[in-house]
Amino acid sequence: MLNMTDIMETITMIEEECLDIRTITMGISLLDCADESIDRSCEKIYKKIHSYAKDLVQVGESIEKKYGIPIVNKRISVTPIAMLVAASGGDPVKYAKTLDRVAKDVGVNFIGGYSALVHKGFSPGDRELINSIPQALAETEFVCSSVNIGTTKAGINMDAVKIMGQVIREAAEKTRDKQCVGAAKLVIFCNAPEDNPFMAGAFHGPGEPDSVINVGVSGPGVVRAALAKMPKDAPLDEIADTIKKTAFKITRMGQLVGIEASQQLGVPFGIIDLSLAPTPAIGDSVAHILEEMGLETCGGWGTTAALALLNDAVKKGGVMASSHVGGLSGAFIPVTEDAGMIDAARKGVLTIEKLESMTAVCSVGLDMIVIPGDTPAEIISGIIADEAAIGMVNNKTTAVRVIPAIGLEEGEELDFGGLLGKGPIMKVNPSSPSILINRGGRIPAPLQSLKN
Amino acid sequence: MRAVITVIGRDMVGILARVSTACADANANVIEVTQSVMQEFFAMIMLIDISLLNCEIEELKNELSEKCPDMKIHVMHENIFNSMHRI
Repeated sequence: MLNMTDIMETITMIEEECLDIRTITMGISLLDCADESIDRSCEKIYKKIHSYAKDLVQVGESIEKKYGIPIVNKRISVTPIAMLVAASGGDPVKYAKTLDRVAKDVGVNFIGGYSALVHKGFSPGDRELINSIPQALAETEFVCSSVNIGTTKAGINMDAVKIMGQVIREAAEKTRDKQCVGAAKLVIFCNAPEDNPFMAGAFHGPGEPDSVINVGVSGPGVVRAALAKMPKDAPLDEIADTIKKTAFKITRMGQLVGIEASQQLGVPFGIIDLSLAPTPAIGDSVAHILEEMGLETCGGWGTTAALALLNDAVKKGGVMASSHVGGLSGAFIPVTEDAGMIDAARKGVLTIEKLESMTAVCSVGLDMIVIPGDTPAEIISGIIADEAAIGMVNNKTTAVRVIPAIGLEEGEELDFGGLLGKGPIMKVNPSSPSILINRGGRIPAPLQSLKN
Repeated sequence: MRAVITVIGRDMVGILARVSTACADANANVIEVTQSVMQEFFAMIMLIDISLLNCEIEELKNELSEKCPDMKIHVMHENIFNSMHRI
């Protein structure tokens, strides 16, 4: 029997603590759309995505109304487009424009998969796609792009790392009149998951079924509120237990929504990504959870330990609540999307170097960090290489999404508006890794990869 | 199929009457009501059967919000509470 306390707890979580389903993402395979004519290929893509996803937004909204839980985003991820470019040749931007058009027509707010997987080397289509990313992101509104440049099994493709530094700069330059937003829609991965529902890094991996529903839950505000009720001298094992219990409840809600959406759409249910994904809204910050645990400011000493505990407890609580957990699952630390991180960065307590060490224990990487507009491409490549090395050696996903604020300098701010938030331009160490980056080649896979 | 209605706000005459009338109009059977009034603060939780509901849950909620304009009202399918609070 339901009791009053449980009911009120759920309602408080939704009303006051910003609990929501962050995204329902439909993954769609486009492998059967490949054609030797790029125009025919685009036509097939449009038809397939439109027929699979035409009801996605409406189903999402009906679930919102039935359960009274906000579902913030409805999105689509597709097969890495480089695979289709391999078959068709031609200008890859045509694919981006097709994806943009179909996203607009079905009403989703992002479509991910303008991607290439080049961790061991480039195959046909990969270079063409990567070189077209800045133009594709500048000329579309809804398309997101990602490139996987390393894995624990394959090592790091340093030729790709070099190119991606230039591509990020160019993506920002081509969108300088739109807050350099092109770079905010581009993620460089090491160990990219094939079933991640979160943007900008979502794509539908080649090992996935024809179509699938993945759900990303959120709820940093709920975890912070639960910790705020605990005494300041509660030991950390009790803190971890409270986080686990809260994560369990959040994930159960995600599981309910995921199964309902998959039934209504007639598409198999894939995974729940149980990530704490912050938004710039008050009370929806991962940094504030860490501060609630006992830090004066996020970014000070103790931050990495607190984040490690948080990330682990979220997973432990969520795993039992869902039949399939996947994606990135853990705590996100995107600077411009998190009110607490923005404040800490403004104060100068949170630095890129500290964020780098935090990425060793959280679920992603250097995310939504605004850097000075004159940062050279090889330094951005150096940032990518360092992050990829952390991911490769630790068997985890790491990513880089940095935004060079073209025309702006350290100390100024860039404001994207909406979910992408705003943030100060952070100091970047200017010492050049140019010779290292220009060597190219491949960093061999680490010993950890030899598990067979 | 059941749903939970919650009504929270300042106490006044006729809240229960208005809510139950709206439920009757929507063909929802009231199964259980728990309410408490602390000073001027009113909180009610009502469990209703929605198997034969003649409208969408959303419409019932809008109807209730119209009838009790100053109250905070939620109408949610019971499964959300069951999945979050029961193993």
